Amino acid sequence: MNLRRLAAVAKKECLHILRDPRSLYISIALPMMLLLLYGYALTLDVDRVPMVIWDQSETTESRELISRFTGSRYFTAQSFVSSYKEIEHSIDTRQALAALIIPTEFAQLLGGGEPTPVQLIVDGTDANTATLALGYAQVVALIYSQEIILQKVRQLRGQVLTVPLDVRARAWFNPDLESKNYIIPGLIAVIMMVISALLTSLTVAREWETGTMEQLISTPVKGPELITGKLIPYIFLGLLDVLLAVLMGEYLFHVPLRGNVALLFTMATVFLAGSMSLGMMISIVTKSQMVASQAAIVVTFLPSFLLSGFIFAISNMPTVIQWGTYLIPARYFITLLKGIYLKGIGLEVLALEAVLLVLFGVIVVLLANYKFKRKLV
Amino acid sequence: MSAIRAEGLTKRFGDVTAVDQLSLEVAEGEIFGLVGPDGAGKTTTMRLLTGIMDASSGDGWVFGRSVIRESEAIKDDIGYMSQRFGLYHDLTVLENIRFYADIYGVPRRQCEQKIDELLELSNLAPFKDRRAGNLSGGMKQKLGLSCALIHTPRVLFLDEPTNGVDPLYRREFWRILYQLQRQKVTVFVSTAYLDEAERCFRVGFLHEGKLIACDTPANIKKLLNGQVLELRFSNARQAAALLREDRPESSVGLFGDRVHMLTQDPERDLNQARSVVAKSHLELLSSRVIDPGLEDVFISVLKKDAGGTHAFE
Repeated sequence: MNLRRLAAVAKKECLHILRDPRSLYISIALPMMLLLLYGYALTLDVDRVPMVIWDQSETTESRELISRFTGSRYFTAQSFVSSYKEIEHSIDTRQALAALIIPTEFAQLLGGGEPTPVQLIVDGTDANTATLALGYAQVVALIYSQEIILQKVRQLRGQVLTVPLDVRARAWFNPDLESKNYIIPGLIAVIMMVISALLTSLTVAREWETGTMEQLISTPVKGPELITGKLIPYIFLGLLDVLLAVLMGEYLFHVPLRGNVALLFTMATVFLAGSMSLGMMISIVTKSQMVASQAAIVVTFLPSFLLSGFIFAISNMPTVIQWGTYLIPARYFITLLKGIYLKGIGLEVLALEAVLLVLFGVIVVLLANYKFKRKLV
Repeated sequence: MSAIRAEGLTKRFGDVTAVDQLSLEVAEGEIFGLVGPDGAGKTTTMRLLTGIMDASSGDGWVFGRSVIRESEAIKDDIGYMSQRFGLYHDLTVLENIRFYADIYGVPRRQCEQKIDELLELSNLAPFKDRRAGNLSGGMKQKLGLSCALIHTPRVLFLDEPTNGVDPLYRREFWRILYQLQRQKVTVFVSTAYLDEAERCFRVGFLHEGKLIACDTPANIKKLLNGQVLELRFSNARQAAALLREDRPESSVGLFGDRVHMLTQDPERDLNQARSVVAKSHLELLSSRVIDPGLEDVFISVLKKDAGGTHAFE
């Protein structure tokens, strides 16, 4: 490896990037846009489920139950209705995702100590939201029932009873269970995977297409000098992206960054080197910018999105697919990012992921060099 | 030792043989022209001899080193300019030259001096900060040449360097080539222009992948069996068509407003031509016997290949 040639290639590639508004757009604006878009849109929290209420009872007791629902952050009263027809309309038009129906005899039954039916309807077309809404509703109802029982016991016996089991649940690292806290770090990994492979997928193919490669291969420049020289400026560009993403996470999404920032950027460098070499390899094999950019997106986006543990837990996948996830570098980077971001842990725990990430990078760099032939066919 | 040598060099693409058993030798300090129509195999020959493409069989040598087994070793000795502009449009003239200086590892002490020399040679100094993409066709070619010369190669391979370039630049380009030749640089240039071929020391004529003639322009012209009759008509294009129709076996070429006819007996053929065109009310304005040009030779060669009379002895 001749350093002067390496520097010459890196410098030339820098000039290409700086002088091509399109590549700057892909490398800076696109990832920021994606992060904003997904960061805000991709929330798995079920908050303030819009609910319509049909209060047939219209008593103090029924109003108390309603306030239990609307007072929690999980439900908001969309409107009060007085027929099933209206409920159906609200759910059909998606004005409401849930409906609460309190029967006429609610207060009497409750007062008489009878089991008191209350109906809850949810829009099952969105199974995820429906499940969560049902869960929340049951908790709200349970707490209310519990209070009523305790109150009755106190009235009858004149003594204060306590609930025998007192479960005090704590969600470590993400006490409010906010999905953005684990989505944003994962999102950074997924976006960087796609963008970095996309960026480098154009470089070698462009030289074949414009004919500059024919000139280059007539010179003494070696494959590794060319590939490494091309990678260097793109890795810096990628790190700039990571920096911007981390800043957005901090100031826009308020995701806590508890771990070591230096470790985060070191791992990002390793990850970028691997994913950019992957893009480079695609470019080398296809020799066409069009095909290479398409292939880069297909190869990186879906696997990183679906099989990396970004949203869907790898442990829930069929065993064969679980094995497949080891081939996806985003898997390691997401574990690293979530660990550094939320748990504040370092290499003492994440060593395996770090090693596998390095291994991926090394293999892809070697493959890219092997695939690059300085010959016309 | 010859600068370039090829022995049975062959390149096949599937069923197509682009270069067929090509053998030639180019002496050091020579300007050698590879001529032939489009698709004759000129570019493939260039690529094989520069070692950027592997031959199917045969071998070539640049200063005694095999272009197949030692393709890396020859790279410092050769400068290559591909047919397509192979430089970076978004880099300036100077940035392109500096890039190649770094790639070839031109010693830094000599680098600036060499760049100045090349800018002067190519008259590109006033444009050194202009982006290559904004240069005219002729200037682009001179920039390509400068980049190929930055490491002072012993052999220069130029693939149709003047294709699509205006005549003024072509003349300037050739002035530069002669200047290089005086510095003992061997030039291997391909061209489809036969007036350029006349400027070469020796010429190889490539047709359908085969080298069918290889000699000095003067000797190649001697191969022509017969004399060339140059005729001017009131309508040269129509006259040429009529003459071809009248004598399908003979070689008739159209050169601008003149018609060239290869003949064994100028007097007889002149009379016959006159009578042929008279039927169509065309007028023969003038006629004379001229020295054959390379184009006459090649037209007759192609004619022979298509099954006409044998122009070559």
